Amino acid sequence: MWPLRRPSDPRRDPAPSRWAYRMQRLMLTPAFRLTLRAGLPAAAVVAAGALWLGDAERRAHLLGYVAEARAAIESRPEFRVELMAIDGASADLAEEIRATLALDLPTTSFDLDLDALRETVAALAPVESVSLRIRPGGVLQLEVTERVPALVWRSAEGLHLLDAEGHAVRRIAARTDRPDLPLIAGEGANAHVAEARALLSAARPIAPRVRGLVRVGERRWDLVLDRGQRIMLPAERPRRALDRVIAMDGAQDLLARDVTAVDMRLAGRPTLRLAPAAMEEMHRIRRIEWGED
Amino acid sequence: MNELYQSQRAMRAMRKAAMQRGVVAILDVGTSKIACLVLRFDGADPRLDSDGVGPLAGQAGFRVIGAATTRSRGVRFGEIAAMQETELAIRTVLKTAQNMAQIRVDHVIASFSGAEPRSYGLAGEVEVAEQTVSEHDVARVLAACEVPDYGAGREVLHAQPVNFALDHRTGLSDPRGQIGNALAADMHMLTVDAQAVQNLAQAIKRCDMELAGLASSAYCAGISALVEDEQELGAACIDMGGGSTGVSIFIKKHMIYADSVRMGGDHVTGDISMGLSVPTSVAERIKTFHGGVVATGMDDREMIEIGGDTGDWEHDRRTVSRAELIGIIRPRVEEILEEVRARLDAAGFEHLQSQQIVLTGAASQIPGLDGLASRILGQRVRLGRPMRVHGLPQSVTGPGFSAAVGLCLFAAHPQDEWWDFEMPAESYPARSLRRAVRWLRENW
Repeated sequence: MWPLRRPSDPRRDPAPSRWAYRMQRLMLTPAFRLTLRAGLPAAAVVAAGALWLGDAERRAHLLGYVAEARAAIESRPEFRVELMAIDGASADLAEEIRATLALDLPTTSFDLDLDALRETVAALAPVESVSLRIRPGGVLQLEVTERVPALVWRSAEGLHLLDAEGHAVRRIAARTDRPDLPLIAGEGANAHVAEARALLSAARPIAPRVRGLVRVGERRWDLVLDRGQRIMLPAERPRRALDRVIAMDGAQDLLARDVTAVDMRLAGRPTLRLAPAAMEEMHRIRRIEWGED
Repeated sequence: MNELYQSQRAMRAMRKAAMQRGVVAILDVGTSKIACLVLRFDGADPRLDSDGVGPLAGQAGFRVIGAATTRSRGVRFGEIAAMQETELAIRTVLKTAQNMAQIRVDHVIASFSGAEPRSYGLAGEVEVAEQTVSEHDVARVLAACEVPDYGAGREVLHAQPVNFALDHRTGLSDPRGQIGNALAADMHMLTVDAQAVQNLAQAIKRCDMELAGLASSAYCAGISALVEDEQELGAACIDMGGGSTGVSIFIKKHMIYADSVRMGGDHVTGDISMGLSVPTSVAERIKTFHGGVVATGMDDREMIEIGGDTGDWEHDRRTVSRAELIGIIRPRVEEILEEVRARLDAAGFEHLQSQQIVLTGAASQIPGLDGLASRILGQRVRLGRPMRVHGLPQSVTGPGFSAAVGLCLFAAHPQDEWWDFEMPAESYPARSLRRAVRWLRENW
């Protein structure tokens, strides 16, 4: 008689085979798992992409498609810039800005580099500051603050207009172009515009006679009047010296006399230089006083 | 000796590498089961290193993250008898444990029970080089211990310094920094059969693992089953396994003797199998369900179905009373315990102040064993279970896992062995470059 219970199927050996064991250990290796999970899909994607792009015709087609799409977006009316509006600039400055920027309008706002444009415009001499923006409606709006000329500066390079801070605004051909502005001259005069303006305003009582200020030796000022008269001011506190001269003029008509120069360079010893004829005359009077004749 | 020193140092270096990886596997190769635990070290507590064993008795600093047990194959008396079979079993258990831990483990610390361990007490004495004892002096005194001829084909498994004496003072656990002239050391050396060690190393190597340490399972069972006081005051641990019964004696937290009896629970099963003429698996089942060592009158009436599937009704309906079963089991258990008693006597256990004996191991779960053991071994017998470590699953907290758990503690905080100290320059071969390097390092 056979055993009543069915002979159970040969018991499976629970031990893993050598390769199964090694496989399990490999799968438990973190680097291997990472490679399998992330590295392999990434490599597959890259390989597929490279394979597809390997054909030059496909590549050209893809590039053409991208360029087309880009052009289609850029040429939409929302992004077009039709014209440029310049506010706050005189007509000739506006002309200059247009010439400098040389924009080929209409264009798309993608091609406009506003920062570069702003730098270009701000680099122009007559422009103090500028703000750019693209206004709805396709207008490139420039808000320009112009430098206001305050002085005419005569130097070796020619005549320049200076604003109140000493920045050159533009060149002018002749002094008579801007007779309303006072004149300063001399090397380095543009660096001391504020002082020059203070001196000129102090010289207002004798304004009709003032021809201009001359920077001497890049150190001090000479106030030049008509008839070749000159008020030589010290390097330190010139305003006070000028006030003294004007006070003397008010009291004794100093400048109306035949004086070539009033030398205030030494505060303790103001000196007058007389014209030769006046000198003769004074010597004659002296001799009379002393009774030599 | 030099070769052994190098190989043990290589294993220590491997253990260090495992600590840096933070994961190490524990493998207890027994006769009836193979257990594997995967430990994760998460930064050792610095306080524990400062003063030896801390309040947590060294089981802090690691966590069990994987555990697996499988039926052992090809192991007899705690030694590998069939390489292929054992390799399969080790592979199974490693795979399961790694699967549970979900981490790849490359280093294994293994223990085994057989291989005829023999204990030797070694003594050595040297003059202290400078006034105070330095680590170099400790190394010298350990090297100066006179090594007995332990025979060809044997290998040293443990060589632990257990006692230091400085001049007249003995019982020092750490002589470094003390002042004296003559330093003497006692060392406990355990040798095992080299063949068994090589077989185990080979089996582990075939599983693509690096061997990071070896220990005797009697020692490991003692570490985990004895409580700290017992280790300090002196106790013997009897690890009753399947194929062999390990004996280890501890005092002052050092193992001073280890031996093994080549009998265990499998022999009980074999006796039942023969006595009742049943297959081994049935005998094992009967032993675990109905086994015992003390018969009472009730046991005469308790009949056990033996079963069988021969188809012969008479044969398949056999019954046996529990008293008869106990009659088969008890002589074998007594024989084992008497053999243990003989080993303890040979070791001079009766001269220790503390006569504490702890029974552990899977075969110690026979009901009534403590009563029987106290008759044979002495009055102070208790049943021990492994101490609790972090993350240990409930299924491996039984007394059968004392050695595995002790191996965890051994892996986490190994005791200083002889090869943990730098070898003194004199013991290197002459004309060796390393000897020159050592000489330079010591003298400059």
